[in-house]
Amino acid sequence: MSDQPVMPAAESELAGAPQIHNFTMNFGPQHPAAHGVMRLVLEMDGEVIERADPHIGLLHRGTEKLIEYKTYLQAIPYFDRLDYVAPMCQEHAFALAVEKLMGIEPPPRAKYIRVLFAEITRILNHLLNICAFGLDVGAITPFLWGFEERERLMEFYERVSGARLHANYFRPGGVHMDLPAGLADDIVAFCDSFPKTIDDIERLLTDNRIFKQRTVNIGVVSAKDAADWGFTGPMLRGSGIAWDLRRAQPYDAYDKMDFDVPVGRNGDCWERYLVRVEEMRQSLRIIRQALEQMPAGPVKVNDRKVAPPPRAEMKQSMEALIHHFKLYTEGYHVPAGETYTAVEAPKGEFGVYLVSDGTNRPYRCKIRAPGFAMLQAIEFMSRGHMLADLVAIIGSMDIVFGEIDR
Amino acid sequence: MDEKLKALAEYVSAALSGTVLSSDIRHGELTCRIKREDIVRVLGFLRDDPKCRFNLLCDLCGVDYPDRPQRFEVVYNLLSMSLNQRIRVTLETDEEHPVPSVTGLYSCAGWWEREAWDLFGIFFSDNPDLRRILTDYGFDGHPLRKDFPLTGFVELKYDEDQKRVVYEPVRLKQEFRSFDFISPWEGMDKILPGDEKASGPDEAPAGGAA
Repeated sequence: MSDQPVMPAAESELAGAPQIHNFTMNFGPQHPAAHGVMRLVLEMDGEVIERADPHIGLLHRGTEKLIEYKTYLQAIPYFDRLDYVAPMCQEHAFALAVEKLMGIEPPPRAKYIRVLFAEITRILNHLLNICAFGLDVGAITPFLWGFEERERLMEFYERVSGARLHANYFRPGGVHMDLPAGLADDIVAFCDSFPKTIDDIERLLTDNRIFKQRTVNIGVVSAKDAADWGFTGPMLRGSGIAWDLRRAQPYDAYDKMDFDVPVGRNGDCWERYLVRVEEMRQSLRIIRQALEQMPAGPVKVNDRKVAPPPRAEMKQSMEALIHHFKLYTEGYHVPAGETYTAVEAPKGEFGVYLVSDGTNRPYRCKIRAPGFAMLQAIEFMSRGHMLADLVAIIGSMDIVFGEIDR
Repeated sequence: MDEKLKALAEYVSAALSGTVLSSDIRHGELTCRIKREDIVRVLGFLRDDPKCRFNLLCDLCGVDYPDRPQRFEVVYNLLSMSLNQRIRVTLETDEEHPVPSVTGLYSCAGWWEREAWDLFGIFFSDNPDLRRILTDYGFDGHPLRKDFPLTGFVELKYDEDQKRVVYEPVRLKQEFRSFDFISPWEGMDKILPGDEKASGPDEAPAGGAA
């Protein structure tokens, strides 16, 4: 910051004082409202932001380079570590991309399980976002309530995959394992009790005077700007464009699901929050439908060249043992080709541009993270706003640096 | 779906006569190859034409093919929300020749072009802010090129004597191992060591394994 005192311009002219400059301020990289490691260089005119220059890459781990050196199966865990708030949706994109290149289709039950867990992931993500957003603008209670529910959801993750966060559950050709006994009942029980938590959180935030003062008409994005800046997901829907990949280009079992796509009108931080709250309620509807309609049957393709044999079979069959060994050392070869496959992740369109050269490792795997496009719009969204509004804008963008820095 | 894409491909190549070098539809996705100089014209047409309206640039990235005469491919993935259709536009370039920037058409292209510059060294002319984006301040090299080693060249550590973070050349306790799983029985297009004479000079080397 500059040493010069900040005075109103008119007064300084009267006193004949030297010209008062804008000053530059560093926001982050370690700042609780930066949602991770973001360094923002702000040019301030008093309290008003003139220019915002995000410096990203502090969490860059070279995921795309690492994936080029791993087999397709070994690449999946890297997708959990991108957006660590919504891991399974990203595995979903990669699994669909590999399936498209290989020309395989998972069995129906696997499709429903994927939809079920993609929606659990959506609630997981929106809960964190809404509650952290509340925390950013001064409400701490929703955060405490939300994390209790998140813990219940992560328990479902753990029961199905063995891990609370980095699940590695969706595989090309299906999912790794079937749902354990009793899990479906517990998810239904969660669906029954969770709406009350949403109501409680809404009662604290939605019509709260302070919350509305901090968010209404802050960071307004028109529909045209939203498309121009590559916004997707709740950011795009908050600006009034009813675009949802689950509806427009349904994958897996989404075409059989009945749900509404909430849309905002004004495109400000408050409406993006409302869109997310409504999406949680719609996700509950989808979860219920997925559980009701879920057929019995296998959860991965019956092709030993793609999916491993059951453990019990390996104790008896030499061939199964060979298949298992081959799959976990060499992996499978994916026919040469390229695809851009996208899913509606909680934050927006998460796409994988996968280039295969016919070997057992991806030739190139470009990850299209929704947050990357949104974060670069921070410059135009925050210009002319107060410093405190920047925090609200970042909160409503749903920024997670794992996916932006990759 | 494929008929629609085919019609779209024909429409685009007819409207942009001479600029679309080739187009093909695979896995239900349309790819158009164009010349480097035409990118602004092509994307401008795809964005503004009432029958296309690809108003969302979903992704822009580079791919490195070191064996080709022009080693880089730049890939633009576009989405039309009104048509509910995707299109992929690719072009080729190398280290020397800059690609015209499309930031004037799509604001979101700015950071992706910075990323392609950072990770591949593909130069975009007219990009107003072509700085590095993902790598460290003062980083040297372009890490996603195929000739850049996975381990990199420098590592970072805190030096107790100098009381600051210093860069050092990478030292590995164990050599980095990359296993070659290309099996001689499937998907082979390489000559195994010692097997060079198995096939004649004119023959395809894949025949040598038989």
